[in-house]
Order: sequence, then C-alpha cells, then structure tokens
Amino acid sequence: MALIDFANPSRFVALVERVLPWLVVATLFTFGVGLYQTFFIAPDDYQQGATVKIMFIHVPSAWLGMFCWGLMSLASLGTLVWRHPLADVAAKSAAPIGAAFTFLCLVTGSLWGRPMWGTYWVWDARLTSVLVMFLMYLGLIALWRSVDDPARAGRAAAILTLVGAVNLPIIKFSVDWWNTLHQPASVFRLGGPTIDPSILVPLAWMAIAFTLLFVTLHLAAMRTEILRRRIRTLRLMQVHSAQGA
Amino acid sequence: MDALAAVFIRDMRIATRIGGGALMGVLFFLAVVILLPFAIGPDLALLRRIGPAILWIGALLASLLALDRLFAADHEDGSLDLILLGRSPLELVIIAKALSHWLTTGLPLVLVSPVLGLFLNLEPVAIGAVMLTLLIGTPALTFIGVIGAALAVMLRRGGLLLPVLVLPLTIPVLIFGVSAANAAVVGPVPFATPLAILGALTLMSLVVGPVAAAAALRQGSE
Repeated sequence: MALIDFANPSRFVALVERVLPWLVVATLFTFGVGLYQTFFIAPDDYQQGATVKIMFIHVPSAWLGMFCWGLMSLASLGTLVWRHPLADVAAKSAAPIGAAFTFLCLVTGSLWGRPMWGTYWVWDARLTSVLVMFLMYLGLIALWRSVDDPARAGRAAAILTLVGAVNLPIIKFSVDWWNTLHQPASVFRLGGPTIDPSILVPLAWMAIAFTLLFVTLHLAAMRTEILRRRIRTLRLMQVHSAQGA
Repeated sequence: MDALAAVFIRDMRIATRIGGGALMGVLFFLAVVILLPFAIGPDLALLRRIGPAILWIGALLASLLALDRLFAADHEDGSLDLILLGRSPLELVIIAKALSHWLTTGLPLVLVSPVLGLFLNLEPVAIGAVMLTLLIGTPALTFIGVIGAALAVMLRRGGLLLPVLVLPLTIPVLIFGVSAANAAVVGPVPFATPLAILGALTLMSLVVGPVAAAAALRQGSE
C-alpha cells in the first residue's frame, strides 16, 4: 500500500477508526509497564535520590517535542512538493501536540532543575533552544489560526515549519557545542549509551509509551481535523445554495 | 541584471520619498533606546554594562517595523504579480529588494548607533564594537525578516503575526551580536569568535531567507 492510497480522506478516516482502539490499548499497556518499571524497578540515583524519576517523563517528552517538529517538516515537504492532501492535515494536528510535549519537557526539566541545580531556569544553550522551539510552536499555531482558508494556511505554515527545522540540530548538538549545565547526550551517541541498563530499559519503555501516545493523539486529531474541514465545506455549500436560491 | 537594478532603484526611490518611511525605523530606535533608561534608572555604570544589549534590542525591534510593507505594498498595487511573472529569478529579486530595504532601514540604524551609544555612556571601544556588530548583524535581521514579510502577504492581515513568527528566528543573531559587542569590551572570549559566528549567521540567512521567501510568495500567488 503506497502513501498515495491514504490521500483519500474517507479511506484514511476508515483506517484510523479501525486502528485507533488497538493503539489506545497498546498505549495503555506500555504506559502500565513503563510506569511500573519507573516506580518499582528503576533504582533511585545515588546522588539525586527519587528525583531522578522525573527523567522518565522529561526525556521522552523532549524527544517527542523534537520528533513532532521533524514529522511536521516531512509533512510540510508533502504539502509543498507532492501536494499530498493529508499532509497539511497531519502538520496542523501535530502542532498542538508537539507544543504540549515541549511544554511538558520544559516544566519537568524546570522542576527537576530546582532541587538539582538550585534554580528553576538557567539561560543555557539546551534550555534556550528548546524554549525557542516552544515559541515557534506557538507562532505556528497562531499562524494556523489566523488564516481562514486551510489550504492557504497550510502552505504558509509549511514554509515556516521548514525554516524552523534549522533549530532541530541546534537543540540536538547544543550540549556538545557549548559547555552547558544540561548534561551531554547519554543515550543516542557514538560508542553506545552511557546509562546503566537498569535505568535504560524503563526509559525505553517510557519512550515507546510516549511515542504510541503521540501516534494515537495525532491520528485522532487528524480524524477530527478532516471531519472539521468537511463540516466547513458543508456549511459553505449550504450558504452558497441559500444565496443561489 | 537590468531588471534587478531597476527593482533596487525603484525600491530605494519609494523608500526615500514622501510616505516611504525610511527614517521611521531610526526614530523608533531612538524612542526605544531613550525609553529604557527611564525604566532602568539613570545609573550610568549599569547603562554602560548593558548598553550594547539595549542598542541591539532597539535595532532588532526597529528593523522589524517596516518589514510587513516590504511585499504587501507591491501586492496591493499589483507590481508583485509582475515580479512573479517576470523573467528574473524571484530569489534574486528578493535579494535586491532586501538590499534596498536594508540600505534604507538597517544602515541608518547602524549610523545613528554611536550617538545613542553616547546616551548610554558607552566607551569609544564599545561604540565601535556595537557599530561593527550591527553592521554585520542587521543584514541577517533583514534577510530573516523577508521570510516573515512574504508570509505576511499570504496572510493579508499578517502585520501583527509577523513579529511573533520572525522574533524567535532572530534570537541567534541577537545572542551572538551582543556577545561579540560585549567581548570587545569586557572579554573573556576573544572578539573574533562570536563575530565570525555572527558573520556566518548573516551569510546563512542570505541563502535561506530569499529561498524561503520566494517559496512563500509563489505559494501565495496561487
């Protein structure tokens, strides 16, 4: 099945209806396993104590915040290059979810920073670049909300999304390029992860759970967006025929 | 080439004649920089320390001021359609327009910054450093701004949204502009390092800005 087969919104919605219950079950299951491992299996840190548990929320939401912008960039290419009819639906419905994950990342990081670094916020490169990404998410949502024609809004947002994608490598490598208070990369790095398996395994479960949550929310939001556009079209047709009569 | 020169000269003329608003940015810059000491207090030692940052913030805000008219005015009188239909590559036309926009709004900011630096009790070295960083950095603000200006044409009522979209993208320019200006005065980083990154940002925005703006204008014309 090629990507173009999903171009038909009705077929896509039908597929989402079929897949969504399974995804919800899978999300709940992985969250169950992940949270159980987080609270009962993963050991407390010898320095940080129980606050290290914040990491199991903080790190996956940071990943998802960046992953979501990456997905939106791909969808933007779909909008601009291939004119895929669902690409701007995907980009639009991803933006609030990505903003929420980025917000979660900032809040948990801040709460974690207070006991560990002694401050809620420092202006270091990693924190600042994530904050910039959050601002750009908000700008993007504002852009979507300021144009009434969805196709036109989609193309404008696609260009802004691609320009904003410059920020992604900056966030990823900010801990390597600058000496920051934030710790350097310890999971996805050359030479393998530096985290002990007893923490890495629960973290992996939580990452899978967050990703599944993202996919579930995103598909549901895309379905909602398709239905919303149908209602809009129906209303426009109604007004049109009322004027014509 | 003739067409590009024609666009450039036309934009310069429009900007410098009545209703063009070339010096509006300078007045705004002046107002912002004079407002801040009222808010902070007339502590000359403090002003000297944060002076470069104040000048950069003022220049950043002032360079955004006239931006939303860059393509919107052309869109209203129809000349944007002619530019889009024309034979010269849209990216180059945008560079020509951005260049004339910078000469009429960005360069005046650079030229008045020494005077404002005196208000902020800056030393001659600091004034020179701020001028140099603004000279290198303000083109980046213009070339990033053209993306927002092109999007504003698509949005029609995009004037308010434009700063929200453009400001996050200008943060790196602000960071390295101010840190280069500060490095010249207090150190500890050598002056050349942040200055080189600032130059790199300007060159990058020279490439990315016109291409993205051209894409936005083409999409918007459909």
